[in-house]
Amino acid sequence: MSKSNLEIFSETLQNLAETDRQITVVTSDSRGSGKLVPFGQRFPDQIVEIGIAEQNLVGVASGLASMGKKTFAVSPACFLTARSLEQIKNDVCYSDNAVKLVGISAGVSYGALGTTHHSLHDYAVLRAIHNITIVAPADHYETAHAIRLAAEMTTPIYIRFGKKAMPETLFRRPSQVEGGAGEDSQGMGEQTDDFQLGKGRILRHGTQLTFMASGEGVLPCMEAAELLQDRHHISCKVISIHTIKPLDTRLILESASSGQPIITVEEHSVHGGLGEAVASVLLQSGCHNKFKIMGLPDDHTVSGSQAEIFSHYGLSAEGLTHEVLEILK
Amino acid sequence: MKEDTLIATSLREKSLLYRRNIIKYIYHAKAGHTGGSLSIVDILNVLYNEIMQVSPENFTSPTRDRYVQSKGHCVEALYVVLADLGFFPEEDLRTLCQYESAYIGHPTKYVNGIEQNTGGLGHGLSICAGMALAAKKDHSDVKVYTILGDGELAEGSNWEALMFAAHYHLDNLCAVLDYNKLQITSSNSEVMGLEPIDKKLEAFGWAVRHVDGHNLEELSATFKAMPFEEGKPSFVIAHTIKGKGVSYMENVLKWHHGVPTEEQYELAMTELA
Ligand SMILES: [Mg+2]
Repeated sequence: MSKSNLEIFSETLQNLAETDRQITVVTSDSRGSGKLVPFGQRFPDQIVEIGIAEQNLVGVASGLASMGKKTFAVSPACFLTARSLEQIKNDVCYSDNAVKLVGISAGVSYGALGTTHHSLHDYAVLRAIHNITIVAPADHYETAHAIRLAAEMTTPIYIRFGKKAMPETLFRRPSQVEGGAGEDSQGMGEQTDDFQLGKGRILRHGTQLTFMASGEGVLPCMEAAELLQDRHHISCKVISIHTIKPLDTRLILESASSGQPIITVEEHSVHGGLGEAVASVLLQSGCHNKFKIMGLPDDHTVSGSQAEIFSHYGLSAEGLTHEVLEILK
Repeated sequence: MKEDTLIATSLREKSLLYRRNIIKYIYHAKAGHTGGSLSIVDILNVLYNEIMQVSPENFTSPTRDRYVQSKGHCVEALYVVLADLGFFPEEDLRTLCQYESAYIGHPTKYVNGIEQNTGGLGHGLSICAGMALAAKKDHSDVKVYTILGDGELAEGSNWEALMFAAHYHLDNLCAVLDYNKLQITSSNSEVMGLEPIDKKLEAFGWAVRHVDGHNLEELSATFKAMPFEEGKPSFVIAHTIKGKGVSYMENVLKWHHGVPTEEQYELAMTELA
């Protein structure tokens, strides 16, 4: 667990650019924070520096995309999805220019830099805009696949991730999970190369509770599931809902049908993100599972590192373990 | 010379036709941006009939020239020009602003011939700069044009795009300012002063020319001189009259989106005959 999803993004993009001259990266003085310095050195004709001007970043990216460039607009998620929101809404989504918007250092990755640098609103604002896929990959596997698929997409996509080291894959084979190979594990073989946008990924099977999480919220769910198994013999299922829109309603309803409690976990405001999206699917389908949304509350965010902020709001493995014990009481 | 005169005559006739059609379809729809459409229509006439390599036949070709109307609200002028070029039947404009019509109050790609959906101000120039940069990277001869409103220049995003286009030497890009000196509330100078606009644009690295935005020959000669300077994007400050061509509309603020009465409609048609 040495590399961040951000580094995997940069490596994947370089691999793509080796054989595809149309891959174009647009940055807003953000190539350093986007780990794109090597990309710029290797493919100087395929990187466009905009300077610190996010509105122009997205407008220019739209123009490039309309001319056939496979355009990745890369900027901190906090600026990309707020400062240039109107450009995303009009120039990318409404005009249907297939820009690949990449929000780096998303959520509370910037930790102690504070609210100006946090993006806890991006799922909410983008979910309400038509014609955009929203993705928060959890591990290297999901990141690399999301970037590869994004490059070939003909409609807009937003991908966001943090800069903390993440595992290559969070997937656990049923045989690796004690008590997890029950009736719930039907059809789970070796992990295959089957990443699909809009399809959740069952990372771990379990029978008593389901975590549905996105992005860097998935790792603490996996850790909590491990703790709960070891300490309390509680079997939890973990699903990475890497695509927040369009949502994998089939998988959500399938998981809910067992009646297990559901906890959603996201590095986003509890308003308008994954949790409310899942709740909407459940309620409108008549599901009344016990349900809890874990995310950042509607409050002035506490100061601290990303890990400290996660811990403060119960998004750490310990916090989620506590939440599971409460909901199963 | 004789040929030039003939072209000018036919262009002048087209300008009259376009003005009549703008009034006709706005009158029919009971909605539209009348004053601004009359302000930009001569510029569009010259761009589409004299300058740009774009037609219904080549509209899917990557090598066509690109036009993005940043001041999207004056879409009626664009509609009548595109109809005249054969992008769609002119009678389609009878559905202007009606339920389920593609011909809404701002440009959209749902209408054949329109490149980008616009309407929010301060968006067109960035998109055009991206297009122009892509053309440069592809070593293509594509040229990119946009029309901006004078009130629109208060949007800061324009100035980000102005910096960018000069930084990347986009001399295949031309921005036209529809400088009628009026915006919805009042004059530009009262709402938010622009002057000295030419010096500002020059300081931002653009090659700037002033032109009478209703003089077809002058417009044509100006666009043909692009790039005004090698390695610099071209900026045309087109001095225009809001409501141009209809006596009672000229320079009168209420015609920003005024709709003529029957009597006013007849008078406008007589003046534009
Ligand atoms: Mg004006």
